Amino acid sequence: MTYLIGLLSVVFLVLAIMIVNKSMALSKGIQKDSESEVPVDGANNLNAVGMVLFLVLGSIGAAWSFLHSQPDFLPVAASEHGLITDRMFWISMGIITFAFFVTNALLFIFAFRYRWKKNNVAVFYPVNHKLELIWTVIPAIVMAVLVFTGWRTWRDITSKAPENAVVIEVTGHQFGWYVRYSGNDDSKLGNYNYKLIDDTNNIGIDYTDQNSFDDFTANEMHIPKGVPVLLKIHAQDVLHSVYLPYQRVKMDAVPGMPTKFWFVANKSTEEMRYELGKADFNYKLNCTEICGRGHFGMAITVFVDEPEDYAAWCKQQKPFLTQNPTYLAKVPENLKAKAGKYIEAAAPADSSTAETEAAPVAGTSSALR
Amino acid sequence: MATAELHAHDAHAHAHDEHEHHELGFIQKYVFSEDHKTIAKQYLITGIIWAFFGGGLSILFRLQLGFPDMNLEWLRPLLGGWIDESGKLDKEFYLALVTMHGTIMVFFVLTAGLSGTFSNYLIPLQIGARDMASGFINMLSFWFFALASVIMFSSLFIETGPASGGWVIYPPLSALPQAMPGSGLGMTLWLTSMAFFIVSQLMGGINYICTIINLRTRGMSFTKLPLTIWSFFFTAILGLLSFPVLLSAALLLIFDRSFGTSFYLSEIYIQGEALPNMGGSPILYQHLFWFLGHPEVYIVLLPALGITSEIIATNARKPIFGYRAMIGSMMGITLLAFIVWAHHMFITGMNPFLGSVFMFLTLIIAVPSAVKAFNYITTLWKGNIIFTPAMLFSIGLVSLFISGGLTGIILGNSALDINLHDTYFVVAHFHLVMGAASFFGLMAGVYHWFPKMFGKTMNRTMGYIHFWCTFVGVYCVFFPMHYIGIAGFPRRYYSFTALANDAQNSFTDLNMFISIAAILTFSSQLLFALNFFYSIFKGKRATQNPWNSNTLEWTAPIELGHGNWEGEIPAVYRWPYDYSKPGSASDFIPQNVPFSATPESNLPEENEEIAKEKEIEGLLETQNGVYNH
Repeated sequence: MTYLIGLLSVVFLVLAIMIVNKSMALSKGIQKDSESEVPVDGANNLNAVGMVLFLVLGSIGAAWSFLHSQPDFLPVAASEHGLITDRMFWISMGIITFAFFVTNALLFIFAFRYRWKKNNVAVFYPVNHKLELIWTVIPAIVMAVLVFTGWRTWRDITSKAPENAVVIEVTGHQFGWYVRYSGNDDSKLGNYNYKLIDDTNNIGIDYTDQNSFDDFTANEMHIPKGVPVLLKIHAQDVLHSVYLPYQRVKMDAVPGMPTKFWFVANKSTEEMRYELGKADFNYKLNCTEICGRGHFGMAITVFVDEPEDYAAWCKQQKPFLTQNPTYLAKVPENLKAKAGKYIEAAAPADSSTAETEAAPVAGTSSALR
Repeated sequence: MATAELHAHDAHAHAHDEHEHHELGFIQKYVFSEDHKTIAKQYLITGIIWAFFGGGLSILFRLQLGFPDMNLEWLRPLLGGWIDESGKLDKEFYLALVTMHGTIMVFFVLTAGLSGTFSNYLIPLQIGARDMASGFINMLSFWFFALASVIMFSSLFIETGPASGGWVIYPPLSALPQAMPGSGLGMTLWLTSMAFFIVSQLMGGINYICTIINLRTRGMSFTKLPLTIWSFFFTAILGLLSFPVLLSAALLLIFDRSFGTSFYLSEIYIQGEALPNMGGSPILYQHLFWFLGHPEVYIVLLPALGITSEIIATNARKPIFGYRAMIGSMMGITLLAFIVWAHHMFITGMNPFLGSVFMFLTLIIAVPSAVKAFNYITTLWKGNIIFTPAMLFSIGLVSLFISGGLTGIILGNSALDINLHDTYFVVAHFHLVMGAASFFGLMAGVYHWFPKMFGKTMNRTMGYIHFWCTFVGVYCVFFPMHYIGIAGFPRRYYSFTALANDAQNSFTDLNMFISIAAILTFSSQLLFALNFFYSIFKGKRATQNPWNSNTLEWTAPIELGHGNWEGEIPAVYRWPYDYSKPGSASDFIPQNVPFSATPESNLPEENEEIAKEKEIEGLLETQNGVYNH
């Protein structure tokens, strides 16, 4: 509503300027003929005043709207690299806001100050190399500093993931995300192949690779807090983009070209709930590359758990093979014995599958406590 | 007085008029015309029509974003099935609107409408040529554009809808008809239209370059060219080198779509089917696309900056500050424009090392851009500023260029781009710096050269109102949009329901505000249209040089015939920015006034130029020879 009032006042201001403008033009209309050589009309001073008015009101509007919107910005980053980029963002914002106000102020004040006056003569001032040098070098230095700091941060963020990183595979498809974990036994993701995709094995897990046997999938994402997490990102059909706004993580998912992004989440879901004062808050993983009709709704819930909660959650998860024993048929003969373990382990507990299947769905970090 | 002498000179020149004035038929005069002035007007009017369409589409999706609960049933007579049963905009049509708005605005309005209009109109008139190097190719250029326009326009009316994959049409989304309906016939038409559009741009660009190099009047050396011409020159070079790359990207996409190749496709499983395509790379398309896509930003912006330089100098009654620095910075921007494309791709999975390189190159562009901004501001300093509508739009352009350009420093930083990429921050950034700024350049140019184009004047008061509504409106629309971006709202979202923390409930006021501001800004353009079309027919008759400007076009008659000047083309002796020269009685000395006629205001080095005037006059024979084939 406040915005509407703001808008209306702007509209009325413009209307007021228009009316004064018109009347001035009419009153000066009589004198205009003697000045026919110079293309100036009675509105010249008003337009000049408009420049300053725009500067003043615009600056107030910019400052006010910023303060008004600030509570709705993303909260402090919930990842280690995010804290660094956030700080860099606000420092850069400070620099450009300074430049924004100074240059715009000069522009509008000069426009007002040097408006046309009869008998005034403009200064013939075609060049000043010293001035030009100054305003070439100063931006160049500022840019050099920004580039250097930005490059160092970028290099760190995109460096190779640490050895101990928890590997999680995210696969984008129209319109959702599949998440696969490397399992509780070998912590290695098995291969996948898009040609193996079917209605059940919708990631295309390759069961000729023994690393696949203990991999489990989920329709939500759990990540441990304070531990490096490496996202291995795929897309099945068209481009998608993994976006974790609160963790400042973004990386495209490209069909045929695996991508990756590693980061350390440093605020659990619980902590963020506490910080925001919202008991039902959940992190989301959204899509930021246009992918079709359902693009805007392509999201899954993300839980950042304390490491021990995460470990407990993982323990509860049953490998995909356990839940879908028919895929044992895809396992080559020499590995059948190894894969069989995952089937046999589940066989006696057949009655409990309902329970284990329910677990991931209800498995919020709070539920684990 | 120098000007008085000039007029006498013109009158004398009439005697030399040897041009046969055979009347052209209607079709040759107004439809398939080879006259650069008519072609320019054709571009302009087509561009204005497109601008209303492109703008209108944005109003439709702003309704969805600003008033997500509004019942749009009343639009059914216009949109038919694109309004779903619940009275909301269809989700795919929303994407189609976004896509077509981008395509139309970037290519059909700001490339063809801006550069097509003013390059065509001003190059021959400002360099002193009778027409373009090839009038026929120039005519073809417009008609290829018209053909592209018709095809693009027709794609709005097909059952499966127009292209909907974003104006960048990234494959595989754009390559696979099963991915979205817009990728069917709509995309085929989009690609066909763009292929013709590129052909049109290439023919135009070749003409601009040839004309500027070959047909300058005697005495018009490169260092005496108005900055408008320099900007059109660089724009044409950019277009000539980068549009073919877009054509190749489009051709490969056409092959992937229709002939089973796999340039961009690999390992795709869609709609329950694994496609056979292997080995292609969607990233390849992005590289090819942005190799045009980024220069395109400057193709759109540079002409606007050139137009602004001319208008600001004229109306501040001061020489443009740092003429050579302005050329140098435009040259720098032109060169850098070719080697920064991958800053659009920091998070596509491209090698991070490449990201570092492109970040470095990208931020260098800030330097020439800053030089330009400071030079504009210094040109205003101690001027005697006349606020014509054109001048207002030019000052507005500088403000928008600064405000939008500054956020580029943040987005060009790959580490910061991670969070901001594909959010509203980007949308706000490029709409200010490239959309609104270029649009302001277009408007400034129309107001400034309207008297030359149509021999009539536009109503100035309406021009002022148009400016203030547009200027305030544009800032109201795009300034607050940055906030939505900082809050992490992705672009091309139909609604924000899937964001964490119930984000769809924040910024509802702001989104509504933006939509209302957009509607008002758009509506105020009707004022311009009214003024424009009314003045063409009923405007007050213009004087020959209404803004007391120095450049050559104002020495041509008010009613411009074919060949532009009756009698000899004027020679050029000085640069175009001799405004308020100390010693001179008049506050402007046109380019065709020799230094020997202005001993009172000549600088010491200019007195030496007097000796060269004979030499320049001696070139008349050669120059006439060019036209006597």
